[in-house]
Amino acid sequence: MDFEPFIISFKLAALTAFILFCIALPLAWYLSQSKSRAKPFLEAVTALPIVLPPSVLGFYILWALSYNSPIGAFFEDTFGIKLVFSFTGLVVASCFYSLPFMVQPLQNGFESINQNMLAASYIAGKSKIQTIFQVALPNMKPAVMTAIIITFAHTVGEFGVVLMVGGSIPGETKVASVAIYEMVETMDYTSAHIYSAVMVGISFVVLLSVYIFNAHQTRRFGL
Amino acid sequence: MINIDITKELHGANGAMQLVFQAAIKKGEFVALSGKSGSGKTTLLRILAGLEKADGTISVEQKEWLHADKSLPPQKREIGFVFQDYALFDNMTIEQNLLYVAKDTKLANQLLEITELSSMKKRYPHALSGGQKQRVSICRALMKRPKILLLDEPLSALDPAMRTKLQNELLLLHKEFGTTTVMVSHDPSEIYRLANRVIVLQNGKIINDGSPKEILLKTQGSQKFSFEGELLDIKKVDVIYIAIVAIGQQLVEVVVSSQEAKNLQVGTNITLSTKAFSPIITQI
Repeated sequence: MDFEPFIISFKLAALTAFILFCIALPLAWYLSQSKSRAKPFLEAVTALPIVLPPSVLGFYILWALSYNSPIGAFFEDTFGIKLVFSFTGLVVASCFYSLPFMVQPLQNGFESINQNMLAASYIAGKSKIQTIFQVALPNMKPAVMTAIIITFAHTVGEFGVVLMVGGSIPGETKVASVAIYEMVETMDYTSAHIYSAVMVGISFVVLLSVYIFNAHQTRRFGL
Repeated sequence: MINIDITKELHGANGAMQLVFQAAIKKGEFVALSGKSGSGKTTLLRILAGLEKADGTISVEQKEWLHADKSLPPQKREIGFVFQDYALFDNMTIEQNLLYVAKDTKLANQLLEITELSSMKKRYPHALSGGQKQRVSICRALMKRPKILLLDEPLSALDPAMRTKLQNELLLLHKEFGTTTVMVSHDPSEIYRLANRVIVLQNGKIINDGSPKEILLKTQGSQKFSFEGELLDIKKVDVIYIAIVAIGQQLVEVVVSSQEAKNLQVGTNITLSTKAFSPIITQI
């Protein structure tokens, strides 16, 4: 039994969740506090990956990251990084694909916080950054937890975009979902069964732990 | 000395209105802001705190807080703010709530001592009663030794006994710290006890400004007793009519003639007055 596809899947998901948290935090904060006219526009763009077929997203990312586009050429010429059919490319693609799953729970979390609490922190002389990290985030732990875990789980579960942008290079871009697809294609049903069962089991445990954590937080702090 | 001269367009429940506020507040004054809900009191406090934008000027002891396009951010204004909903930091203990504002353990302990919260300083806000939360909120607001203390209906959610106790504490703290205090309040007895100046707002404009005695005492002319109340009901009992009037928290029955009963409308606000020559006061 070859576990490499799982390891790649989880490595990809963990990296994506980490990078997206850093990107989505300021974006979600801006969206939660903004009354600007640009806000609905930004929200719509952020939500696009939810509704777009993975093939559309995959096609655009492929087109943007390939050597024929300025972005792809820049990365390959300057850093020597090939963005398509590589693990790095997969991470970039996953960040686009999972963006709404990180932004929306965080935005909801920021919006659910008593705005007077934030005002009290400003009046206490604290900057926005201090307020976000010392007041806002600790009071929305369930939202943070949900954002990270759902992003992680969603990235593990992606298939279309990964296949288009990464292909299926063993040890590099062949993730679990793609591996299962190939097993079914080659009629290796035994392996497909084992792989699929492992995926179901892990996904269930991950989701269960989120819900248990959130229920515990609600009981403890009445959040 | 605090000079305020501001205007702001408000979109409240009664449509658009202009908040116009012009006043000079002396250092150490305790000002009560009164008026119906939607008259702009809370907005005014938020403007003073820098939480909302406004046109005009605010200067505090020669320092410009608001001038033309320049507005000092809330972080730089030396204020304490007590929110109506307390707005304590739920993730911190009582002590941490205070120390987050300023790392001054001595002051924190002193404040907790005055408000009798010392034994609870390791607790989290969710384990406190409303009155305790409000005291923490007041202590937190004083941790920065603010020039101005802004209180937004600080005691409105508390029961009468707790109110009286906290009113005394507020007065004590106001004197102890020598702050200038601006408090939104609807309660005449609270205003009378705490404030030395009342400013009444209506639809965004100042309609009254003076000492609590001048403004709150309703007695005029030769009448000795005069109360404002709401007429709740008029009942016919045999040949007389009895009007039931709510005055503050109390209900009273008054005999009215059939002519008066016809002219009075249930649900309206009325004045109830009498000439009292030797009122009897008994302690309860």
